Amino acid sequence: MARLKDLCKNPELFSSGHRACAGCGEALAVRQVLLAAQQPVVGIMPTGCTEIFSSIYPHSAWQIPMIHTAFETAASTAAGVETAYRFLRKAGRMKEDVKFIAFGGDGGTYDIGFQALSGAVERRHKFLYVCTDNEGYMNTGIQRSSATPYGAHTTTSPAGKVVPGKRQHRKDIMEIMIAHEVAYAAQTTIAFWSDLVTKVGKALAADGPSFLNVLVPCPLGWGHAGDETVKLSRLAADTCFWPIYEWDSGRYVINHQPREKLPVEEFMKPQGRFRHLFTQEGGAEVVAELQRHVDAKWALLQKRRECFGAD
Amino acid sequence: MILAKTGNEALAYAMKQVNPDVVAAYPITPSTEIVQIFSNYVHDGLVDTEFVAVESEHSAMSACIGAAASGCRTMTATASQGLALMHEMLFIAGGLRLPIVMAVASRSLSSPLNIHGDHSDSLASRDSGWMQFFCESVQEGYDTLFQAVKIAERTSLPAMVCVDGFILSHCLERVESFEDKKVRDWLGTWRPNWSLLDVARPILVGPATMQDYYFEFKRTQIEGMNRAMPVIEAVQEEFAREFGRGYGVIEEYRCEDAEAAVVLMGSACGTMREAVDTLRKQGKKVGMVKLRVFRPMAHEQFRRALARFKTVAVMDRMDTVSSWGGALYTEIGSALYHLPERPKLLSYVYGLGGKEFSPADAAGILEGALAGHKDELVTYVGVR
Ligand SMILES: Cc1ncc(C[n+]2csc(CCOP(=O)(O)OP(=O)(O)O)c2C)c(N)n1
Repeated sequence: MARLKDLCKNPELFSSGHRACAGCGEALAVRQVLLAAQQPVVGIMPTGCTEIFSSIYPHSAWQIPMIHTAFETAASTAAGVETAYRFLRKAGRMKEDVKFIAFGGDGGTYDIGFQALSGAVERRHKFLYVCTDNEGYMNTGIQRSSATPYGAHTTTSPAGKVVPGKRQHRKDIMEIMIAHEVAYAAQTTIAFWSDLVTKVGKALAADGPSFLNVLVPCPLGWGHAGDETVKLSRLAADTCFWPIYEWDSGRYVINHQPREKLPVEEFMKPQGRFRHLFTQEGGAEVVAELQRHVDAKWALLQKRRECFGAD
Repeated sequence: MILAKTGNEALAYAMKQVNPDVVAAYPITPSTEIVQIFSNYVHDGLVDTEFVAVESEHSAMSACIGAAASGCRTMTATASQGLALMHEMLFIAGGLRLPIVMAVASRSLSSPLNIHGDHSDSLASRDSGWMQFFCESVQEGYDTLFQAVKIAERTSLPAMVCVDGFILSHCLERVESFEDKKVRDWLGTWRPNWSLLDVARPILVGPATMQDYYFEFKRTQIEGMNRAMPVIEAVQEEFAREFGRGYGVIEEYRCEDAEAAVVLMGSACGTMREAVDTLRKQGKKVGMVKLRVFRPMAHEQFRRALARFKTVAVMDRMDTVSSWGGALYTEIGSALYHLPERPKLLSYVYGLGGKEFSPADAAGILEGALAGHKDELVTYVGVR
């Protein structure tokens, strides 16, 4: 287990002074991931909030080598970088033991970059893919993605007079990545910093591609105060909206069992993107449907743990 | 050594001789064989290359960018829809100044689907910041690939070596090949000035820029292309000294005393040579200007070569679908515009989707150039 006492001694590889919004969960995730990186790492990122708030020339928040190419190309660019590394090591032109971490938003991961991710993982390039999942395309002004939850308002799934927000449930990217037989897959969120850091360590040690899905609240996109980011992150886990678990060597481990599973409303209510569901007619059914979906997914995960569990 | 090779075989063989550090590629007709043959070289241990059989051309170019930014000599091959799918990433390779070399078996673009040779794909990429070489023969494709590697690395610009799909990619020719060692010594090991993998000196590759820096970045890239022509000429000379075969940026064929000339590029130059010879035998003073380098634009060479003609026929194996003919026509027109007295230009579009282009067609165009006028702005050769 990672301890603050130790972590605070690690160098900050993601500098302060970047341009993220106050309370940005994505910036916290990047910082926490890099705190866990104990050996040389090279980063790859797609277009998205992280790239924009960290890398506007002539400034850079990155203390590690970092490459950005396009929006849908984090995994394919990572594949090229990792292949170059294998070549240079083989040719004796490079000695260092280097790890590779790609950071992609949910848009760059679940949607437009999904093919590249699937391909890179199938080819077993050895890299960690971190999805900083804020459940929408935030960089372009809060549009829906396939990670946006049911009922949420975004600018392309607006809370309208007839349609109350997004009409579909989110995509289960974890199961999709597990089906790729990645070397390690885990889900967590920034409030669970110790869990996150531990998982990054495992992912980097894994012998093959690994995947980490990190829920990152977005004050602007979710419509909450900047100082509620960590609280919402914790509520996501305690409502089982966002289970904290891992898939390690074919076994499911649930890393956080809420003492009391809270209703998903508790997670939703502080957020502007769900406000219409509590003020408009018909909202209650949408909340109930989201609750039903959360419960079903949580039950399924428990089953998976029972069937393919650690104990 | 004298070999019998198709265009694809010769290009794959040249790639083997280059022995690049990384190749990431995806199959598409008519360039598929390059990838297949190269895969055999990899699996038979004949190259040191790390080969990535990616899941799309978009990923092929992205992976090439990642590998090249990591300091590796990087190559790929594609055509048509594959090149179109790469389009976004071509600009990124160019903007990052990465010396990636790509073999292109030029082919038409859908729709309608057609697998045969024309220049629609390559010329649709003309503004992406890549140097572009168009080859007349399999031999020229083979030779040009080596030159392209050196030119790309010296200019920090990516380069495409284009051979006409099927007409060259699948055509068996006599190829004078070189020894592996001679090629490798000539090219040396690629040692870039910077690398993403230099973990002791972390750099950011591919930042975002605002209005304050974007234009400046682009201006330096443009300057890189502005300065590429002398490098191309120098490397071609070095190549000629080392391997005994010389190429110009343009080639003037029987132009000395010609009254009219035709400009074109690619495999049809071979047909046109024949037609020039035939008409010469009939006492008609015609010549051909073959273009080998489309990017950077050979505007000075054109002005020098074409100024003296009354009429020049420009032949395009693509159309810009703009009601103004093909890309070569518009570009040569703008190059010649700066002359105080300029030749009249006649536009011909031919051979789309692999449409047969015969010596008779070629002769007809030369006759047209001699006549000095035609009724329509753009003539579509051989269309029913
Ligand atoms: C091919 C392409 N399409 C669209 C865009 C515009 N675009 C840039 S970032 C972005 C959304 C990013 O969303 P996500 O990946 O979820 O990351 P976030 O900004 O939320 O961190 C979009 C749509 C683009 N850059 N490239």
